[in-house]
Amino acid sequence: MAKDDLSTHLKYVGTRPDRPDGLDKVTGRARYGADIAAAGMLHAAVVRSPHAHARIIKIDTSKAEAVAGVKAVVTRADFPTGLTGEDWNLQENTMAGDKALYDGHAVAAVAATTSLLAKEAAELVEVEYEILPHVTDVDEAIKPDAPVIREGAADASVPEGMPANVVKYMEFGHGDIEAGFAEADLVMENTYKTEATHQGYIEPQACMGQLGKDGKGEMWVSTQGHWYIRKMSAAVLGLEASQLRVTPSEIGGGFGGKTTIFMEPLSLALSKKAGGRPVKIVMSRAEVLRATGPTASASMDVKIGMKKDGTLTAARAEFRMQGGAFPGAPVDMALYCAFAAYKLPNVEHIGYDVLANRPKCAAYRAPGSPMGAFAAESLLDEMCHKLGLDPLEVRKKNAVREGDKSSYGPKFGSIGLIETLDALENHPNMQAPLGPNQGRGIATGYWFNHGGETSVSMAISEDGTAQVSVGTPDIGGSRASIALMTAEALGIPYENVRVNVVETGALGVNEPTHGSRATFASGKAAVESTNQAIAEMCRRAAAEWGIAPEAVEWRDGAAHPAGPNAGDFPPMSIQEIAVKMGETGGPISGHHEGNLDGVGASFGAHAVDVEVDPETGRTTILRYLVVQDAGRAIHPAYVEGQYQGGAVQGIGWALNEEYIYDDKGRLQNPVFLDYRIPVASDLPMIDTVIVEVPNPGHPYGVRGVGETGITPPLPALANAIQNAVGVRMRDLPMSPVKVLAAIKAQNG
Amino acid sequence: MSKIHVQTIVNRDPVEFLADPRETLLDCLRDHLGLTGSKEGCGTGDCGACSVTVDGTLISSCLMLGVEAGGKSIETIEGMAQGEDLHPLQRKFIEHAAFQCGYCTPGILVAAKNLLEKNPSPTETEVRYWLAGNLCRCTGYDKIIRAVMDAAEEMRGAA
Repeated sequence: MAKDDLSTHLKYVGTRPDRPDGLDKVTGRARYGADIAAAGMLHAAVVRSPHAHARIIKIDTSKAEAVAGVKAVVTRADFPTGLTGEDWNLQENTMAGDKALYDGHAVAAVAATTSLLAKEAAELVEVEYEILPHVTDVDEAIKPDAPVIREGAADASVPEGMPANVVKYMEFGHGDIEAGFAEADLVMENTYKTEATHQGYIEPQACMGQLGKDGKGEMWVSTQGHWYIRKMSAAVLGLEASQLRVTPSEIGGGFGGKTTIFMEPLSLALSKKAGGRPVKIVMSRAEVLRATGPTASASMDVKIGMKKDGTLTAARAEFRMQGGAFPGAPVDMALYCAFAAYKLPNVEHIGYDVLANRPKCAAYRAPGSPMGAFAAESLLDEMCHKLGLDPLEVRKKNAVREGDKSSYGPKFGSIGLIETLDALENHPNMQAPLGPNQGRGIATGYWFNHGGETSVSMAISEDGTAQVSVGTPDIGGSRASIALMTAEALGIPYENVRVNVVETGALGVNEPTHGSRATFASGKAAVESTNQAIAEMCRRAAAEWGIAPEAVEWRDGAAHPAGPNAGDFPPMSIQEIAVKMGETGGPISGHHEGNLDGVGASFGAHAVDVEVDPETGRTTILRYLVVQDAGRAIHPAYVEGQYQGGAVQGIGWALNEEYIYDDKGRLQNPVFLDYRIPVASDLPMIDTVIVEVPNPGHPYGVRGVGETGITPPLPALANAIQNAVGVRMRDLPMSPVKVLAAIKAQNG
Repeated sequence: MSKIHVQTIVNRDPVEFLADPRETLLDCLRDHLGLTGSKEGCGTGDCGACSVTVDGTLISSCLMLGVEAGGKSIETIEGMAQGEDLHPLQRKFIEHAAFQCGYCTPGILVAAKNLLEKNPSPTETEVRYWLAGNLCRCTGYDKIIRAVMDAAEEMRGAA
């Protein structure tokens, strides 16, 4: 259903071939972070704080160092001093300094000849703590008398007189908010809360680092972005990034959580102290949950004004978010996304980034967007109930279109929200009959998508196949999509293109696979690179034919004479050109580097039918529909996969997942049994519709599809539960216990 | 701790290794036998990424000690294809795009194969409950379930 002519000419883009790395991944051959071994390799274990907030009085490592087979022990004393800003935050999070700031904060690390020995020795590290008052809840942390996580952490945006844990403050908007509310027939305001959730990648963080006294080192690591790992690790250790060579392993899931460093610099610090022997660190699941970045928790006030016909007149959002003991909660993104789907003449956003005694948050799929949507899309639905309006009609009535000013400022370019809502309305799921205790909920979601720093090269092989080198780790089929686009541009079979994810020494800087950018940015750069190689192949053919290069055109994998006076030569195929390229001028290749623009935003809309058991409060999902604008689906099966996977992460966030702290600030559920992500028996099939409103900023119309899908499930499920049993849940997760309590309260 | 000599069968081949009594079967497969296809996702038996069969019984290899493996017959993901010929489940997982990152895939394939050996005609619900102990964070399970159902159908046709 693409709205352009290009789709009728495409041969490879839009097909569903086997992914190139499929064989490795079904045979156990693919090598992930922990699958590495090297001669002389040591194993590390990390000593972590059992306290949420404590001053570190003394660390005695002598007993651990005395164990035969222990080769190095490091503490913060082994790190350089004088770092500032985010470099300091990263260093402080890698290894605690004066204070342990959360349960699980690293305080020392040990490298030994075996993993068991390292763990034994880690238990011999003696740490003396002075326990300090702690705070883990955002609404508690923002109170004036809350325990202070760190004096002086606030940036210049925070007005004087605000509580000490507020480290960033923002307000922005447009129009006249009070006039807007005055125009409305109904104004409603409510508070919504979302708990922190973890990305929950099944592969724990793992790496092997090696560093010599000369400051030169190497790392093998499971990451979404090895240039980021290189830059951050170097900053934390006072090294030159250029002296580190970082190779990405296959990655066992990331969802944003593997765009930053946690224990990676420790492998380098230990290696240096152990005479340059490689040091492997593999996190346990408990370490992943306690000490790698979950997302932020949020407390959000939303106020909306609506006319009787459903027209929105004004909206206001005031969000408080904690992203752990460091600045960086995605409160800005949450505010940008909250009302992004709607035309709003009058809007005001206020945000607070608040410190608390929790692990440093990391990106998690559309960071901030799910929280913002939960608040805004829930309240919108509550107002539709009150006014007796159809929630889909109200969304369509207010939906943004190309050229509209967004709630957060910029004008929208080409977008497909209306098309997405229409496709949702026309899906058979919307007509399915509902029984007692069953209800349907809908909601929209938004993500900006991202281009970013990108560097790609490609080369033609002697047999006329193509090798593409990219720097964005393949986390869900991007090798396949990049190969499809290259094959399309070259006019050669998909199987004749090999896409390699290469190390930091092989390309210029690449941002991680984040922001839904891999297929957009590496794909766009691969096509640009391919066009260079095509131009060179046309020149080679022109030289052989003795005609001008402009008189040669490339189609169907071959050079053709074209235009008047070009002459009558038979087409020269890529194989014919490649086999003799050594004699005609040498290797043929192309490359493209840039900070890629032309990004196209992606809207989605979900519809879920649930049945709520009034005796247990358990919500069962009967059917689930994801509709989202992909721009164009390069490999539709992996686009569907992103939609389905994103939706199910959102379902987990909505119904089950949460960080549970006890009264001492210790995480109570750092295992998968208790931090329960959705399992196969919790779910039905996840229906998908791929809407294609091509992005004019990409050669094949790609927008990026990875992130939007996690956002709508939070409000869609709350809306469905209200329609099923009449209770409005404003505090996630909507676990059976909470839903049951709400049902009981409703029944009096 | 002194090590124990273990002799067993892995993927139809006799193997032996020296195991620390504290090491799990998963540790021994990965670190002593180089069979890194089985993955550790949790170490507590909750995620299924380390699924193998021991004498035909599906287990989490992180919950069994390596020294208990003596005299058993163990099947891992590395033994699933017959030479270059993929098992129908492996082919169907590629065909259906039933994995994204691929980290849970070995465990899910081992578990699904064990299901189809016991029940060649599972319903969707039976597949979902059998695989409820295998966590996948990428796919939402939809394409995994379809791949297993499709492989089962093909295998019934071939039988």
